[in-house]
Amino acid sequence: MSYLDMLDTYWLFYLVGQYPNGPLGGLSLTLILASAALVLALPLGAVVGICRVSPWRIVRWPVTALVFVVRGTPLLMVVFWAYFFLPSLTGVKTGQLPTMLMALVLFDAAYLAEIVRAGLQSLPKGQTEAARALGLSYLATMRLVLLPQSLRHMLPSLVNQFVSTIKETSLGYIIGLTEVAFIASQINTQVFTLPAQVYLTLAFTYFVLCFGLSRVAYRLERRLSTRRPAPPPSPALHNPLGQPT
Amino acid sequence: MFDLSLLLTGPYHDMLVKGLTLSLTLLGLTLACALPLSLLLALLRLSPSRTLNAIAWSYVELIRNVPLLAHMLFWYFGAPELLPESTREWLYGHDFETIAALCALTLYTSAYMAEDIRSGIRAVPAVQQEAGRALGLGFLTTMRLVVLPQALRVTVPPLISQTLNLWKNTSIATVIGTAELMYQAAKVETATFRSFEPFVFATVAYLGLSLLITGLGTWYQHTHPVRAHA
Repeated sequence: MSYLDMLDTYWLFYLVGQYPNGPLGGLSLTLILASAALVLALPLGAVVGICRVSPWRIVRWPVTALVFVVRGTPLLMVVFWAYFFLPSLTGVKTGQLPTMLMALVLFDAAYLAEIVRAGLQSLPKGQTEAARALGLSYLATMRLVLLPQSLRHMLPSLVNQFVSTIKETSLGYIIGLTEVAFIASQINTQVFTLPAQVYLTLAFTYFVLCFGLSRVAYRLERRLSTRRPAPPPSPALHNPLGQPT
Repeated sequence: MFDLSLLLTGPYHDMLVKGLTLSLTLLGLTLACALPLSLLLALLRLSPSRTLNAIAWSYVELIRNVPLLAHMLFWYFGAPELLPESTREWLYGHDFETIAALCALTLYTSAYMAEDIRSGIRAVPAVQQEAGRALGLGFLTTMRLVVLPQALRVTVPPLISQTLNLWKNTSIATVIGTAELMYQAAKVETATFRSFEPFVFATVAYLGLSLLITGLGTWYQHTHPVRAHA
């Protein structure tokens, strides 16, 4: 079987899995899973991020601990907990898709929280002071003054987070979720003679998606930085917690 | 109930400890290979030559935009087919799972570290480079004696957090059957039908070292703050 024969036979399987005769899979599942995870993680991440800068310790500390724990553990560990251990607590076997979605939402929320936190902390202190002086409450200041401004700063980071999420969905492979990496290895098993080509195609697929999106983020960043004066240089504002993997 | 003795003695304890040792070995070996490679890439990215620059840029973008899992699958299943028969036989006889994982981790980590080193070097004002060159030093000598020592302070914290990412990434080697910590934890789970104990062991190990690395990063930032450039 030549490479072109293989593409001809399997392209639909690669894109949608066994759909419509079976569950949706392949590249479309990867994209849907990544989008759903990001959309669901966004509100959660915003709440956690706001709690991270909260003036009240009782709110700040537990949330900070949660962020540290999630960011200090591999995503795969979270997936394993959800997939192998959760059923023994609830008695119901969770499917691969809900498991992966839950793990991704939890994981993304912790990383988004840091983006939200950085976005909020990058605003000049005068913004909070002015809003409070005008008589707005803490939450109203957050909602009406700080969040709308910091969201603009955060947009490029959000797109980058989407790229990370797409890359993270590939871990579904390990629990047998039929996303694109799993489908690729199934095709590899069936064709058998073209492993290098199959996996290079898989890598190329991810590359096109992620590179395209990261260019979008880059453009956004440049547009935002030309429209408003550059933020003051912040030496050593490096986040020691690391980036999503 | 939580069976602590499972983790402290016996065959399952040995499996988990062996897994942890291999994970740590992967971390160490990858760091040893990735650091020089990323420094080379960063220098290529900053070199005056356009071609070298483009090569390093393509490398970084190609590697970073593909998930580590796909790298692992390629090195383990795909790459051997491209090699001559005898080399392949030799590889399969020599713990190829670990070698493939090491390849994937090194390439992946070096792409990220290269970008960190590059932005660290760029944080050093261009006049430093110019002054070095004006004094008659070559590009590489200026780098080595003038720019890199200053860039180190800016570069070390992000490199430490890349090390943290690398530590978490070693777990993905499970996918090709490298017998590291995550693989052993899953194996113990299958053998004993107990998921709690092995997963607690693995989580504590991952989290413990992660917090240690994070602490190291914070400590470095405190003791080596970035000097303001006048």
